[in-house]
Amino acid sequence: MDPIRERPVLDVSGLPTVMFGKANTTWLANLLYMMIEGTMFALVVASYFYLRTRSSSWPPGNLPPTLGWGITSGAIFLISLVPARYAQRVAPSGDRSKIRWGLLALAGVAVIAMVVRGFELANLNCRWNENAYASTVWALLGLHTGHLITEFIETVVILCVSFTDKMEGTRLADVAINSDYWYFVVVTAILSDFVIYGTTRFL
Amino acid sequence: MAISEPVVVSQSGAADRLARTWAQPRGFWGWFQNVHHTAIGVRFMVTSFIFFLLGGVLAAMMRWQLVRPEHNAIGPDLYNQLFTVHGSTMIFLFAVPMMFQGFGVYVVPHMCGTRNIAFPRLNAFSYYIYVVGALLLWVGLFLKTGADAGWFAYVPLSGPEFTPGKRSDFWAQMITFTEVSALGVAICITTTILRYRAPGMTLNRMPILLWEKLVTSIMVIFAMPSVMVVSSMLLMDRTINTQFFNPSVGGDVLLYQHLFWFFGHPEVYIIFLPATAIVSTVVAVFARRHIFGYVPIVTSVVATGFLGFSVWVHHMFATGLPQMSASFFTAASLMIVIPTAVQFYCWMATIWHGRLQLKLPMLWIFGFFFVFLIGGLSGVMLASVPLDWQVHDTFFVVAHFHYVLIGGALFPMFGGMYFWIPKITGRMMNDRLGKIHFWLFFVGFNLTFFTMHFLGLHGMPRRVYTYTPEMRWGALNLLATIGVVFMTAGILVFIANFFQSKATGRFAGPNPWGAGSLEWATPSPPPHYNFLELPTVNGREALWEAEPNQPIVGGVREDIPEVLVTNTLDSEPEYRDELPGPSIWPFLTAIAVSIAFIWSIFSPWGIAYGAIPVVITLIGWLWPRGHSPSPRVPEPALEARWIR
Repeated sequence: MDPIRERPVLDVSGLPTVMFGKANTTWLANLLYMMIEGTMFALVVASYFYLRTRSSSWPPGNLPPTLGWGITSGAIFLISLVPARYAQRVAPSGDRSKIRWGLLALAGVAVIAMVVRGFELANLNCRWNENAYASTVWALLGLHTGHLITEFIETVVILCVSFTDKMEGTRLADVAINSDYWYFVVVTAILSDFVIYGTTRFL
Repeated sequence: MAISEPVVVSQSGAADRLARTWAQPRGFWGWFQNVHHTAIGVRFMVTSFIFFLLGGVLAAMMRWQLVRPEHNAIGPDLYNQLFTVHGSTMIFLFAVPMMFQGFGVYVVPHMCGTRNIAFPRLNAFSYYIYVVGALLLWVGLFLKTGADAGWFAYVPLSGPEFTPGKRSDFWAQMITFTEVSALGVAICITTTILRYRAPGMTLNRMPILLWEKLVTSIMVIFAMPSVMVVSSMLLMDRTINTQFFNPSVGGDVLLYQHLFWFFGHPEVYIIFLPATAIVSTVVAVFARRHIFGYVPIVTSVVATGFLGFSVWVHHMFATGLPQMSASFFTAASLMIVIPTAVQFYCWMATIWHGRLQLKLPMLWIFGFFFVFLIGGLSGVMLASVPLDWQVHDTFFVVAHFHYVLIGGALFPMFGGMYFWIPKITGRMMNDRLGKIHFWLFFVGFNLTFFTMHFLGLHGMPRRVYTYTPEMRWGALNLLATIGVVFMTAGILVFIANFFQSKATGRFAGPNPWGAGSLEWATPSPPPHYNFLELPTVNGREALWEAEPNQPIVGGVREDIPEVLVTNTLDSEPEYRDELPGPSIWPFLTAIAVSIAFIWSIFSPWGIAYGAIPVVITLIGWLWPRGHSPSPRVPEPALEARWIR
């Protein structure tokens, strides 16, 4: 084969190697992942409303979940948007100190959210094996708790990476994407709260 | 962008450099570290084909049992396991992993003109997790714990009351494994198609196969969660006493059916669309012209993607639905014929206006036209509620969905295999043996399944292990069983042909069919770097429409596994991304996840304790190591430029 040929070349050597925001391929994968998980939430919520049509009263023979813990949990998730957004904003600068503080604050709020989640589960005023309503409420909150724990672990791992010299290039984009996923956790938390604490009071 | 004056491009040493950079480990442990899409794609295809053969053995056993009235070869308990594991195998372990994952993972990066799939480690993980799920179902069968409540495992039959033991749990977790696998691959394929296309391959120039893979991936993303949710609910009802499907405390068995079929009907299109992708590709190549009606076909594919989600209730017509919803879903079910018909007409027009070469892959496509058309027509019949009620749960339905699935997936699959195996192995398949395979299979298939229409109309229910002589179903059943002999012979001829071609077949060369898409620009079999020179694209059939001096992409690093990322709409170069290399961690993570999933069958704490090794292996997988990531180019994003 002739090793030397004349070809016009599209030179891409000057292109960047890291992109932030929706130009990043991991951002797209993260979005697709949220679509998968979002569908799961939607289906559990749909099941909840479907099962509502199978009972004459709602909740069927149980007290609604204790409202105070729902409000507390919702408030903590809303507050958590601040460190999540902060970490996302400082990530492109590559300033490791700011990134660490952002991630540390986010992980801290996640710990508080998990503790409150424990109280929420203890105050749902039903056990999962009592009836279909209770099973669905536990499933919805359990699904969200799974996401909360996953996101907490992810944040801690990225926080650990930020203490090494590997926190550069594409890892900075990962910090920003981690915040995107946290937004998803917050949105699903608020919607789950509305279903569990709201609809049990007016349906 | 202006076309440049040619510059001297020296490739001396580039091939060696790329081969070193993209090399995959060899040896026993190397096998578990390989993350290249060609290796993983072939593994998906080979593994799913093995499960196809195993599923076929179960089918043959069922036909043997039904060969004459009151035959006593197989008892009712084993028969229940046979039809359940057969259906589950063919759908979850063969059809989707072959048509979506296997072909997709292998072909998509080549067609995009890139060097590997996006997220190659996730892709490898998806393979291992699929294998464990598949083994779970089959080990269960051999341990007399084979799932036995039908491939859709309806409650209450599959619930704790009527199926004690672990049979349904094995089935439910098999679902979780295989769906995690499909979802992982969907993310990889979607990202590859949207972001890794060669410069110039705008959405409007994207090969139809990529469009179909894209739509299928999106369907996977929205459909698969449904079956994961419902199989998890079933598992929880069985293991921790949740009450989702228990009517005495507010649960509902129809909820199961809704959730299952919200996945189940899109699933049909998740299997069928990759098949039509093969058809559109093969038809254009052997009609020697561009596909007729590119835009209508793409529109039809997208429309199918949407409509596929609006017809699930037609599987539940016999459950006593309100008349309004039955009417709505009848209309929707009839409507979905339209986009498929549009594709059919476009294929016909392509053949009509082309110069047809009736080579082996095309022969299978003609088989598809014939068989799938019959399946489609019986589908239109079943979409009407009165007729559906008459033949519900009879062999008429069995005949219908085998015409649809074997016609709509297996015939194109064999066409696709004869088409792409020369690319994969570098050698041509034997034409004569291929034709013998086709005719044996075609005759055998119609013998087996066409007769089932009549059995169904004569009232033979599905899923019965025997029948009495007075029913007069014996002759037709004997005929159906004879068909299996033909089909088996055909498959054996195919396997022999494959091994013979691999050993002594004629060398294929890069483009034996004179095809137009980019995978044919690589050597056969392709090296791990796929393309020595990264291509640019000038039209819908990249190779047919390439300029004599079509530009190539330069400036992508060859010393690290780097790919070019382009934007979604116009495939303009956007940035260079380094892909992760070979790693054992996806395999270890798959093992850890498998332990957690399987443990959860026996104890709910399995998920909690099992999560610990999952977290550890995930950290091992994702923890950055090796050289530091490429530093960022300090100035704002530069525009790619043509060298003058």
